[in-house]
Amino acid sequence: MLYREAGQFKTTYIRDQELFPVKQDRWGIFVIIGFSFIIVPLIANDYWLQAILIPFLIYSLSALGLNLLTGYAGQLSLGTGGFMAVGAYACYKLVTVFPETNVIILILISGLFSAGIGLIFGIPSLRIKGFYLAVATLAAQFFFEWLFGRVQWFYNYNNSGAIEVPVRNFFDIAVTGPTATTQARYMVVLCIVTVLALVAVNLVRGRIGRAWMAIRDMDIAAELIGIRPFPTKLIAFAISSYYAGVAGALFVFTYLGSAEVEVFDINMSFEILFMVIIGGLGSISGAFLGAAFIVLIPILITNLPLILGIPINSATVEHFNFMILGALIVLFLIFEPHGLAKIWSIVREKLRAWPFPY
Amino acid sequence: MEILTTIFIQPFFDMAADPILFLQVIWEGFVTGILYSLIALGFVLIFKASGVFNFAQGIMVVFAALTLVGLHENGIPAYIALPITILVMYALAFSVERLVLRPLVNQPDIILFMATIGVTFFLIGFGEFIFGGEPKMMITEELLLPYGSITFFDDMLILQEIDIAASGIAALALIFLALFLGKTKIGIALRAVADDNQAALSVGVSLNTIWVLVWFISGIIALITGIMWGAKSDVSFALSIIAFKALPVLILGGFTSVQGAIVGGLIIGIGEKIGEFYWGDLVGGSIESWLAYMIALVFLLFRPQGLFGEKIIERV
Repeated sequence: MLYREAGQFKTTYIRDQELFPVKQDRWGIFVIIGFSFIIVPLIANDYWLQAILIPFLIYSLSALGLNLLTGYAGQLSLGTGGFMAVGAYACYKLVTVFPETNVIILILISGLFSAGIGLIFGIPSLRIKGFYLAVATLAAQFFFEWLFGRVQWFYNYNNSGAIEVPVRNFFDIAVTGPTATTQARYMVVLCIVTVLALVAVNLVRGRIGRAWMAIRDMDIAAELIGIRPFPTKLIAFAISSYYAGVAGALFVFTYLGSAEVEVFDINMSFEILFMVIIGGLGSISGAFLGAAFIVLIPILITNLPLILGIPINSATVEHFNFMILGALIVLFLIFEPHGLAKIWSIVREKLRAWPFPY
Repeated sequence: MEILTTIFIQPFFDMAADPILFLQVIWEGFVTGILYSLIALGFVLIFKASGVFNFAQGIMVVFAALTLVGLHENGIPAYIALPITILVMYALAFSVERLVLRPLVNQPDIILFMATIGVTFFLIGFGEFIFGGEPKMMITEELLLPYGSITFFDDMLILQEIDIAASGIAALALIFLALFLGKTKIGIALRAVADDNQAALSVGVSLNTIWVLVWFISGIIALITGIMWGAKSDVSFALSIIAFKALPVLILGGFTSVQGAIVGGLIIGIGEKIGEFYWGDLVGGSIESWLAYMIALVFLLFRPQGLFGEKIIERV
């Protein structure tokens, strides 16, 4: 009853081209953004911000990037962890080389390095497709894991082999490093993720996004109607890697505080891919839903026995965590292969027709 | 100029200066290559028969080896533990077909791929829950596998007996597989499914049976691999990373070719060892983890379907 498009007439072209054409959607987005910017920092405690919301936002960003590549452009990639590592290490080097520059700008610039690397590893995509390409992108994953672990220049020759995030201010407020408050770090992540998500929404409905989808659906047909596959695929790789790179930089700078290259291992790539698939391929909101699912489920599984008061040791919980996650993924794929975003769109259709069945 | 010499000339001089050492390196690569081939073979069989990119192959190796060792640790003698393990692999194949593949039939490839990752997670949790996460020793002696080593050229060339046995067993397994696929009724049905599953279905081949069978065969190959690899190091979940080593073998040999898996495995195994031994130190060592991928990647640029893969024909 509340969710109706009837009566919302578009009288100008500008109105017609709005990002969120349905009024209820628009208000929904405003409410979500307003809530996460104003209410959440006021009410959430440190545990919620640090253990759930910050990683959720960062994973969402990375999943968003991979979704642009895999969901929209149809190029399967398993190198996300590697691209994130490039972003993180580029940011670390930039911050230590240019200590005076604003750290937010450096985080955004470090994504460019990752984008460049993505361009290089995207080159094989012209010749190879599907799983062959997925395996080829694993090359990026393993190469960068090795590179950042071995070459000491990347972690400034320190003995621990880890990158330690220095304290950096954004207009006198510490936003990275040990002294930064959780709220400040949350706000930084939230701002960057919001802006990049809006950019992504705009990208996929524009010329580039349509070209990606044409390539995904059938690349030969797309070529015949005048889309050049090579630049289109490369742009997809570059933009996707940019998102991954920024997410990687944020992951180290605002979430972990210090990190070794192992955090960006192959499991990271798979986790992000899970988020994309569970959230829904080819859907921006799916990236967020999938990230929420994958971040929340392990926390839920770990805490559920505690809440229910069942005594259980942590090693067993760890094992069950894997088992339940694996089983959930399979179940999920069986019941809704198109992901959480599809469930939302079904609900939305129901809402529009309510109280009639169709 | 000096850099060029150390990269392009010096390693070859090193090889020529000590041919026995070179032989040793090749042998090591050969043995590793055989194990890669076996893993890749498991991938290829499943991919051909059901079109599923089975990410769980690596964890099946660990799971099989772990079941064998775990049963033996609980006091079951090796000659009984081995058949039980084979039964467990059958049960695994059956349940994967029934619970995962059958409900997901006709879904896009990527969904099936993700489902096998789900299976991987499940098996990791399940295996650790039952047998514990700590590394175990492979029961080499009880399985009557030889240990010790043979030396040639005044102790210059050392061949581990277990490696020789591994090559022998792998060769035997391949011959059996070739005979099974070529001569038996089930084998021919399996090849028919691999060729065109709808046509096979229409002449009365049961797809479900074939899928169980092919996962079972892959499970047995995983068991063989697990025993061999476990005898060289110990049995733990760290072993599953060798599955990642087998992936470049797949793209090199082609996803659909049995010969490709074998030849690709040997190329990657030997190439990787030579690269690591003669060039690895120039860039800081441990290049094994990605060298295989680079070899495969360069290869792919020239032959997108791999060495022996079927030519990819696309219709619009």
